[in-house]
Amino acid sequence: MEADPLILSRIQFAANISFHILFPTITIALAWMLLFFKWRYSATGDTSWMRAYFTWVKVFALSFAMGVVSGVTMSFQFGTNWPGFMEKVGNIAGPLLAYEVLTAFFLEAAFLGIMLFGFRRVSNRIHTLATVLVAVGTTLSAVWILALNSWMQTPAGFEVREGVVYATDWWAIVFNPSFPYRLVHMLLASGLTVSFLIAGLSALRYLKGDRSESMMKALRTAVGAAAILIPIQIFAGDQHGLNTLEYQPQKIAAMEANWETRSNVPLVLFAMPDEQERTNHYELAIPGGASLILRHSTAGVVPGLNDYVGNHPPVAPLFWSFRIMVGIGMLMLAVSWAAAFFLWRRQRLPKPLALLMVPMALSGWVATLAGWYTTEIGRQPWLVSGVLKTEEALGPVPGGHVALTLIIYLLTYVVLLAAYLSVLVHLSLKAAEEGDNSPLPGVIDVPLSQPVAGESP
Amino acid sequence: MTIDWPTLLPLVFAGLMGLAILIYVVLDGFDLGIGILFAVAEEDDQDTMIAAIGPFWDANETWLVLAVGLLLVAFPAAHGVILTALYLPVFVLLFGLILRGVAFDFRAKVPVGRKHRWNRSFLVGSLIASLAEGYMLGVYVLGLQTGPAAFAFGVLVAVCLASAYAAMGAAWLIYKSEGELQKKAVTWLRTSLMFTVVGMVAVSLATPFASPRIFDRWFVWPDLLYLSPLPVLSGALFLFLWRETSHLPKPGDRHALVPFLCLAAIFMLGFFGLAYSFYPFVVPDRLTIWEAASATESLGIILAGTVVVLPVIIFYSFYAYKVFGGKAGELRYD
Repeated sequence: MEADPLILSRIQFAANISFHILFPTITIALAWMLLFFKWRYSATGDTSWMRAYFTWVKVFALSFAMGVVSGVTMSFQFGTNWPGFMEKVGNIAGPLLAYEVLTAFFLEAAFLGIMLFGFRRVSNRIHTLATVLVAVGTTLSAVWILALNSWMQTPAGFEVREGVVYATDWWAIVFNPSFPYRLVHMLLASGLTVSFLIAGLSALRYLKGDRSESMMKALRTAVGAAAILIPIQIFAGDQHGLNTLEYQPQKIAAMEANWETRSNVPLVLFAMPDEQERTNHYELAIPGGASLILRHSTAGVVPGLNDYVGNHPPVAPLFWSFRIMVGIGMLMLAVSWAAAFFLWRRQRLPKPLALLMVPMALSGWVATLAGWYTTEIGRQPWLVSGVLKTEEALGPVPGGHVALTLIIYLLTYVVLLAAYLSVLVHLSLKAAEEGDNSPLPGVIDVPLSQPVAGESP
Repeated sequence: MTIDWPTLLPLVFAGLMGLAILIYVVLDGFDLGIGILFAVAEEDDQDTMIAAIGPFWDANETWLVLAVGLLLVAFPAAHGVILTALYLPVFVLLFGLILRGVAFDFRAKVPVGRKHRWNRSFLVGSLIASLAEGYMLGVYVLGLQTGPAAFAFGVLVAVCLASAYAAMGAAWLIYKSEGELQKKAVTWLRTSLMFTVVGMVAVSLATPFASPRIFDRWFVWPDLLYLSPLPVLSGALFLFLWRETSHLPKPGDRHALVPFLCLAAIFMLGFFGLAYSFYPFVVPDRLTIWEAASATESLGIILAGTVVVLPVIIFYSFYAYKVFGGKAGELRYD
């Protein structure tokens, strides 16, 4: 069998970008969370905030490194696997990527050193500033990348001359129709991912009998943040969906597995979408539900796949990934509100709830991936909607080479992911054992030296 | 040649890309080199060696992203040609960079018993990333040729670039360490320097003979005269550095940074030589920088940002190096 470079390159890019997105999803919001810990420490002088900072800054460092190395890989893969992309839309994608590197990537990388290792070398204020700059950098990075991704989904502000795309209006390019929605949705997703990660690993420590003040502070912060963010996210996601309905109706049609344009479209809860027969098997649905959500009236007309035959994304992957995302969102709502109730009203965490929270540490990852699969597969068969088909961007590299590298990438990612997760658990268990008895911090706000309390300065 | 934006901008971007590559090679060169030196370092020394590069490696690697980024955004056509031609070596490079980048963090966080495993990953990752970069340089110098001769030449350059990086690593270590480790670093520097000389001579000789066009650019009177400072100065710097290493470390730790600066200067001279050889091509003998460039408007937009941001980046990079100046101690998160 001859290896098909198109499908292999797609799998390879999907594997790389899926692996990559896990880590920025953590670092974007974790940087702000760390800043919050730092701010509480500076405001109250309570060293347990600083201890929480030191615990989680290690996770930040590790996640950042994983994000950097997988991000470097991606910048090369544009050229190695998809040279047609830059040749066609390089005039748009180029500046956006360049601004990401120039304004965000360097900022993070330069101040990360000070944030991680510089606590005793600079004043508390400069250290806080470094944390701020790293947080700004990670978020700015997301802004540029999401601007580019959104432009690929809903292109605007360009013209095509001799087969090449030229920019005509940069404002319209950056603030293309889906960008604000996608940005808000992704930033909130990052916030939820980090909240559940911290809550889950803190719950693990809680189950191990750790009641240290630093752990409880991190746990309460994380649960509180999750409980606040999840309703906002549900609202933002709904708005994002309405935006998609307006600009990419075929994506919505596939997500809802709606085969006919009509009114009174049911909300399909479960089904086996069948693209051969263009129908759903084993359908379980709420009558009028989809019309109600998307058009705010059961009489509302929802576009169906019949309008886009041969030009719509594969149905089953979208249908399922969308449901996984929404399902996890609902679970997040229930768990975070329950945990918030017990932590603030009962001052404790029931064991079954803590046991549920531990695996939920990774719920943000699963929901984020499912959401990205929905939107990215939902763009197919286009790489840039209406401008460039995915197959047209493929390079001349033989399928065998792609297959070989794909296998090694996959193996590497599996090993790294296993190592990453085992280190997270190891760090948590170690912290649970030490509690607040680990040496440190007790730091004084003195410029250029930050001696530990009890140590002679 | 008329002086207008469509002529000037690709030139400016070729210059910027060259600058990014040069800074990358010098900066990531030393931290890749430290990784290679893990092969001969004692376990006790390894922590200090890591501490000597810990706060910097991330920012150093960002220059690679900038260089590739500039190639990608300013010369998209060349980006595609070069990277598809170098598909497998690029993959090896990325694999190496992934391995060393994460090993760096894992080694400090895993249970003690597993630390040596990540130390080895750090060595292997650094080594194969350096080899891959050297191999790509060799193949690029030959105009992206394929075949056994190009492969053999690529391997030669790979070994030599890896030793040049090891030399950079050792030179950095002389600056950042003290005592026994510093003495060892001097020995490492002398050994790796020999290979570096071989490599630079090999690339310098092979480049003109690989392409008649490049040969004609160099061996023409009076151009040869104007160019003579490049090889002469490089040779003088090598000799000076060789002599200097036999006196290091000096009392009061004087001149500890000299070897590193010398090597950086040698890299810079070699880089100018290569740049002169290849100008005006971005893909040797195939695509000039003007043929491969993006639209003028897009380049203008990027340049506007670069002019503002690059000085700021250089400023805060210096600041970060200053904060972590002096001898490397224990690397701690607090």
